[in-house]
Amino acid sequence: MEVLAGLAYGFGIALQPMNLLWCLLGCVLGTLVGIMPGLGPAAAIAMLMPISFNMDPTGGIIMLAGIYYGAKYGGSTTSILLNIPGEASSVASCIDGYQMAKRGRAGAALGIAAIASFVAGTFGVVLLTLVAPPIARFALSFSSPEYFALLSLGLALVVLFAGESPIKAALAMLLGLWFTSIGIDLFSAQARFTFGQTALLNGIDFMIVAIGVFAVAEVLGSVQARTDAQLPSVPRGIRNLLPNWEELKACRFALVNGSITGFLVGVLPGAGSSISSFIAYAFEKLFSKHPERFGQGAPEGLAAPEAANNADTSGALVPMLTLGLPGGGTTAILLSALVLWGLKPGPMLMQDSPNVFWGLVASMYIGNLMLLLLNLPLVPLFAQALRIPAYVLFPMILGISVVGVFGVAQSIFHVGLLAGFGLLGYAMARLGFPGAPLILGFVLGDGMERALRQSLQMSGGDLGILVSRPIAAGLLVAAVLVLIMPLVGRFNRWRLRGIAENG
Amino acid sequence: MIQRVARDSDVLAGGVLAALGVYILVQATRWEYMGFDGPGPGFFPFWYGLAIVILSLWLVVGRLFRLRRESPGAVDWPGVRRALGTWALFALSVAVMPWLGFVLSFALLTFVLVRWQFGQGLKTAAFTAVGLAVGFYVLFPLALDVPLPAGRLGF
Repeated sequence: MEVLAGLAYGFGIALQPMNLLWCLLGCVLGTLVGIMPGLGPAAAIAMLMPISFNMDPTGGIIMLAGIYYGAKYGGSTTSILLNIPGEASSVASCIDGYQMAKRGRAGAALGIAAIASFVAGTFGVVLLTLVAPPIARFALSFSSPEYFALLSLGLALVVLFAGESPIKAALAMLLGLWFTSIGIDLFSAQARFTFGQTALLNGIDFMIVAIGVFAVAEVLGSVQARTDAQLPSVPRGIRNLLPNWEELKACRFALVNGSITGFLVGVLPGAGSSISSFIAYAFEKLFSKHPERFGQGAPEGLAAPEAANNADTSGALVPMLTLGLPGGGTTAILLSALVLWGLKPGPMLMQDSPNVFWGLVASMYIGNLMLLLLNLPLVPLFAQALRIPAYVLFPMILGISVVGVFGVAQSIFHVGLLAGFGLLGYAMARLGFPGAPLILGFVLGDGMERALRQSLQMSGGDLGILVSRPIAAGLLVAAVLVLIMPLVGRFNRWRLRGIAENG
Repeated sequence: MIQRVARDSDVLAGGVLAALGVYILVQATRWEYMGFDGPGPGFFPFWYGLAIVILSLWLVVGRLFRLRRESPGAVDWPGVRRALGTWALFALSVAVMPWLGFVLSFALLTFVLVRWQFGQGLKTAAFTAVGLAVGFYVLFPLALDVPLPAGRLGF
C-alpha cells in the first residue's frame, strides 16, 4: 500500500506540465547523446548540471535521469545502422543488430530495439518501485561503521569490474580519494594539498573533475581516433520499423531474460550495463535452440542485450537512491546533482524528499513511454544528428564544458583545472586506467573518510569497531573477498573474458 | 632493454604514481595522525598514500616481469600528437581568456581547430568559429543568464 500511495503521489508530481516538459527534454537529449558516438551520458549530464542548478530539484533530476535512460535507447541506433556503438552498453547490440541491417531488416531491428528498451525499461522501473522502499528501511539502521564498510564494498566492486587491470582501477580510485582530500579538512580546519592556492581551500568541485575526465577527455580521444561516420539510408515510417510476427515471437524470452539480468547486474556497483548486456546475450545464446543463428542477425540476439542495458538503468538507481552508493560514473554524477541541490541521497531521501524520489520514479514510467513513442517514428530524424560534423561537435563540447565549469566556480583558475583534468582523463584512457573508479573515489571519498573517522571517534581509535558489528563485518569481509577474487585463476579468466568481450 | 623499460607506459605511469604516493605520505606525516578526538587530518591520506605507493610499485614490478614475454603495443603517434595539439590549443585559449574573454578566445580556438586540426577550408573555419561563438553568446548570457568569462573588452 505504501508503494502504491507513493507512486500515486509521484505521478501527481511527474504529470505536472513543467515536469513533463523536463522529462521530454531529457529523453530527447538522451536519445541524441546515445546516438552520437564519442559523447556519453556521463559527459552530457556533467555538462548540463550547472545549467540545471537554477531548476527545481525534482524537475532537474527528472531531466538528468531522462538523459541517462534516454541514451540507452539512442545507443542502439548507431549499433544497428553503422556497427558503431553510440554507447559502451550498446556494443553487444552491434553483433546481431548490424547483421539484421545488412540483410535489409534495419527497420525491424530498430523497432525491436525500441520495443525491448521499452519493455525492459518499464520492468526495471516496476522493480525499482518495489525494492527501493524495503532497502531504504533496512539502511536506516546503518551507522558510521556500516557506511564505511558499505562504501568500501562499493569501491571494491568498482575496482573489480572497471577494467582489465584491478591494480590500475584501484590506483584510479585512490587518485580520486586524493583529489577529494584537497582543501580544508572539516574536522580539524587543516588545509590539505592546496599547494598554497587559496582557490583550492574549498576543494575541487566535483563537476570540474567529471567534465574534464569525461567530456574533455572524450573529445581528445575522438580527435585522436578521427571518427567520422557515414550514415546509410534509414527506413522511414512506423510500418517499416515494426518487426514481423516471427521476429517478435523469437524475442519473447529474450525480453524476459534481458530485463531480469539487466536489473540484477545493474544493482551491483561497478558492474555496468555493458556487462549486463553481454551476460544477457550469452544466456540467450546458451539456452537457444538455434545458437548458430547468433551473430548472423538473430532478432533475439539483439533484443536480449537491448533489454538488459535498459533494465540496468533502474537497477543502478536502487543503490544510488536508497544507500547513496552510485555504481558507475553516470550515477555518481546524478548523486552529486542531488547533493548540490541540498538533498541527501540515501535511506532518508524517501522520507525527507518524497517529491524528488517518487517524482523521479513515476517520471521514469512516463519517460519510457515517451521514448517508445519518440523512437519509433522519429528514428530517421534522430539519426540525422550523426550528420553533425566532428569539427562543429568537438569545439561545441569544449565550449559547453568551459561554460559549465565557469558557471559553477566563476573563476578562470577552475577552468584551467578543467583543462588539467581533461588531459589527465585522456592520459588515463590511453594508459589503460579506467575513469569511473576515479570519479567514484572522488564522490565517495569524502563520505568514506568521514564515516571512518566518526567510527574511530566512537570507539576511541579502536579499529575493532569495524568488525565487531555484524553488518559492517559482513560488508568488509565481502569487500576483501571481492578484492582477492582476481587472484583466483579461474574467476580472473572469466572476468577478463567478460571485459575483453566488452571491447 | 633499459630503453624499452624507460619507455614503457606502465612503468612510467607506475613511477609517477609512486612519486605521488610518496609526496602524499610525506605531507600526511606532517599532520596529526591520531588525537584525543580520534583520527586527525593525516590519518586517511597516510593510508591511501601508502596504498598508492604499494600498488604503483606492484604495477611496475609486474610489468617488468611481463616485459620479457610481451612486445609493447603499437602507439598511434600521429593521433596522439593531434589530441595533444588540440589539448594545447584548448589550454592556451583558457590562458588568454582573462584578456580576450570567452567569446573571442573560443572563436579563435574553434577557427584554429577547424582549419588545422580538422583540415577544413578557410571559409568553413571562419563561419564555424563565428557561428559557434555568437551562438554561445546568445544562448548563455543573453537567453539563459549564465555568465561567460569576460575579457578586457567586457565580453
